[in-house]
Amino acid sequence: MKVSEIASILEAELLTGEENLDLEIEHACGSDLMSDVMAFVKENVVLLTGLVNPQVVRTAEMMDIKVIVFVRGKKPDEKVIQFAKEKGIAIFVTKDPMFIACGKLYSSGITGRGVWD
Amino acid sequence: MGLSNNIIRQSYVIPADDFSLAGEASSSVKKMLNQLGVPPQTVKKVAIAMYEAEINAVIHAGGGTADVEIGKGKVVVVISDEGPGIPDLELAMKEGYSTAPDSIREMGFGAGMGLPNIKRYADKLDIKTEVGKGTSVEITVFL
Repeated sequence: MKVSEIASILEAELLTGEENLDLEIEHACGSDLMSDVMAFVKENVVLLTGLVNPQVVRTAEMMDIKVIVFVRGKKPDEKVIQFAKEKGIAIFVTKDPMFIACGKLYSSGITGRGVWD
Repeated sequence: MGLSNNIIRQSYVIPADDFSLAGEASSSVKKMLNQLGVPPQTVKKVAIAMYEAEINAVIHAGGGTADVEIGKGKVVVVISDEGPGIPDLELAMKEGYSTAPDSIREMGFGAGMGLPNIKRYADKLDIKTEVGKGTSVEITVFL
């Protein structure tokens, strides 16, 4: 599924990273714990989180995650948006809470899970 | 800059107080490995393991240093600090065990996954720690 379709399903607002709209996403990870995100080994991942600090962007950078969706309508401050822009990471905000956002994406076909050993 | 003959060495200071800046050293190393043409999966292993160790140094030890050596078919990252040391390393290696304060949990860390994640991504992990003196975490990833 393309990033643009994810944005439309979640009625999400794009804050930065227009260049990533055509990327293909196969897997999703929903978590507020960044170390749990880093235990998630997959490619082409969208990260859904309710945390809006710079370490979320940093975690995405380390994981090669190109798309972050902030749930529950949480907007990061300008510094975080700029940081994501520098790293080539798209940021969206959706009003949906985590459970609903994950449910919408899952029922639309993003069912890939991470590899947990 | 080639990978075959040269050994590349870099050192970084991990600053103490600014949690929002943590990860700068790992970010630089990731960029360098990408530029050297190291396969993305290998870069990711180094980046995540080093980032977790860097975060640990900030959370638990008031910062530290990172020394990175690339060459001879491997990347070796040593994160050293002069923090309190780890009293029970076996316990600290368990998923879910954490001594991090709530302020760190609110930032999305301190879930007791740091050391287990480092172990997960490193090909070789060597931790030396002494209570009251500090900790040194040596992460090796083979190229």
